[in-house]
Amino acid sequence: MIRPDSRPRLRRGVRLTYDRVRETHVLLFPEGVLVPNPTAAAVLELCDGESTVEQIVAALAKRYQGVRDADVTGVLDRFGERRVVEWT
Amino acid sequence: MDVSPPLGLLAELTHRCPLHCPYCSNPLDLVRGKEELGTGQWLGVLDQARDLGVLQVHMSGGEPLARHDLVELVARASDLGCYVNLVTSGLGLTEPKLARLAEAGIAHVQLSVQGADTELADRIAGTTAHARKLAAADVVKRFDLPLTVNVVLHRANHHQVGPLIELAERLGADRLELANTQYYGWALRNRAALMPTPEQLAAAEPVVRAAKERLRGRMEIVYVVSDYYEAHPKPCMYGWGARQLTVAPNGDVLPCPAASAITTLALDNVRDRPLAEIWYDSSSFNAFRGEDWMRAPCRECPRRTIDFGGCRCQAFLLTGDAAATDPVCSLSPDRQLVDAILAAPADPPFVMRAGAPR
Repeated sequence: MIRPDSRPRLRRGVRLTYDRVRETHVLLFPEGVLVPNPTAAAVLELCDGESTVEQIVAALAKRYQGVRDADVTGVLDRFGERRVVEWT
Repeated sequence: MDVSPPLGLLAELTHRCPLHCPYCSNPLDLVRGKEELGTGQWLGVLDQARDLGVLQVHMSGGEPLARHDLVELVARASDLGCYVNLVTSGLGLTEPKLARLAEAGIAHVQLSVQGADTELADRIAGTTAHARKLAAADVVKRFDLPLTVNVVLHRANHHQVGPLIELAERLGADRLELANTQYYGWALRNRAALMPTPEQLAAAEPVVRAAKERLRGRMEIVYVVSDYYEAHPKPCMYGWGARQLTVAPNGDVLPCPAASAITTLALDNVRDRPLAEIWYDSSSFNAFRGEDWMRAPCRECPRRTIDFGGCRCQAFLLTGDAAATDPVCSLSPDRQLVDAILAAPADPPFVMRAGAPR
């Protein structure tokens, strides 16, 4: 269960980077490659193991209009399932 | 048809290897040391691969540590923004060596293990290897790099899945691959000795299932049963020429690591042709792309978008026709070939692999 004070980070071995060939963010990890959509990439960029989910939502709200808690936790849930995100 | 850029490059830097595993899937005729691409040629391959869209580079072989320029090649791939995976036997992976590789940008290490105890593991490897592998795993953990332990399963070690899982836990692996032998190259020669029994599969399944549950979130276990025992073929390479390419030690470019077995396929070489041209335009990469090459029963089969007709190399090796339905498929008219292989009561000794000539 994701709580507002949970601190997500990219799992060890996972890298988020920008691919200039495909002009999109990509997630690289031992078993493959995922292409996150722009919303997911914005969330994942803030997963540093220090920031809480609450702080990530607040940071995104400064940059984008209409950021909802559920969107952020939805992304984190999905990438937790895919073993991309873990919790400190 | 619409062809996407490749995601992964399997860079088979050399066929030289300190191990002699009977399950080796490299071809019967290994590339000699003096036929290998030079440093400059490999650097060119990496540059071209990244321009083409490659994001993951698997430095493999043989034993990639046998290449004196490995650090330089890793640094280039990493500087280009690729995720660099070292696929190694662990022999030669000392602390100073890994220090240089880590600095060069290695992202992940995949370490092969042949068995759960030294006696069996060294017998399969054909040399004194097991203790050195455990030491290599320890070095990987000291550098805090993610570690996958890869075990090729077969009749001689299949009973050890439980102890193998415990060993991978002790080594601190993030992932464990328990993958049954794929019958290509040298492994095909040893198939009768390597094929696990149905009893072994039945015994292993609950052990793996329980361990997956117990280790959830700590160590991922990937378990792959021999496709000969499956009703449907594996989705080989997620389609021919769809996601990954292999460059062999001599520069031949392969749509599948085993594709040199298909003698009817004309392979291109990076010495003669740009990589992008080979990916998009070559006869070898276009031979089985999409669905136009498919015949019955694949052509009308709803599973064709799931398994792409299975493995072309396996179709060729078992039927002599690379465009046939993979004969492991229960819908293949050639399935009786596979059933006959499974029914054969043979239990010959392993033929061990000799080293690649220099």
